[in-house]
Amino acid sequence: MKLLYFAWVRQKIGKSEETMPLPTGVSTLGELALHLRSLGPGYAEAFANLARLRAAANQVHAGFDAPIADGDEIAFFPPVTGG
Amino acid sequence: MRILIQHEPFDLVREMEELSREGVGAVATFIGHVRAEEGLEALIVEHYPGMTEREIARHAEEAARRWTLLGVTVIHRVGELKPGEPIVLAAVAAAHRGDAFAACEFLMDHVKTRATFWKQQRRPGQTVWLDANPADDERAERWK
Repeated sequence: MKLLYFAWVRQKIGKSEETMPLPTGVSTLGELALHLRSLGPGYAEAFANLARLRAAANQVHAGFDAPIADGDEIAFFPPVTGG
Repeated sequence: MRILIQHEPFDLVREMEELSREGVGAVATFIGHVRAEEGLEALIVEHYPGMTEREIARHAEEAARRWTLLGVTVIHRVGELKPGEPIVLAAVAAAHRGDAFAACEFLMDHVKTRATFWKQQRRPGQTVWLDANPADDERAERWK
């Protein structure tokens, strides 16, 4: 799957995108976020509080209970501030 | 429907010409500017290419279902913008002003709360991410 990070999520992780296989035991956006939290200090900081994060699956806003599959484009980001 | 994400300033005269067609009796436009604040040097805007356009298009289509519209244009600027500069244009053409006004406000409320943009404020010695404003969510909720 392709992972994209925006705004301070990107800054804390130190990269804007990466590709990885769907981790074993992960089937929702929330489970993926918890998995990513364990990958290192930057990830731990970015995913420390899921209430401050939003996500999208295949370029559509999605809740943390949304199912995901290998091959999806997943994005994590703060609440949007456009306009 | 014309949806553009770009760094360059938009040309209002050109955009009004783009929206002029037979039957148009009203064009409602909203232009958002970078608010000049004490110490603000620049606003830096990033977005999620692809999703941003899709999300705005989805709400423009929803607006076209709710109201009778003849054209919709949304242009949002990204990159580094200076205080006072225009940052977003939403323009809606319709036969009558009621539809144009309502659809323009609907669009802007959703550009604010659903379109994938993030802003940083650069001030002397520090650059900070802006937090989302709960009042924007409340405005968008009104349309549900």
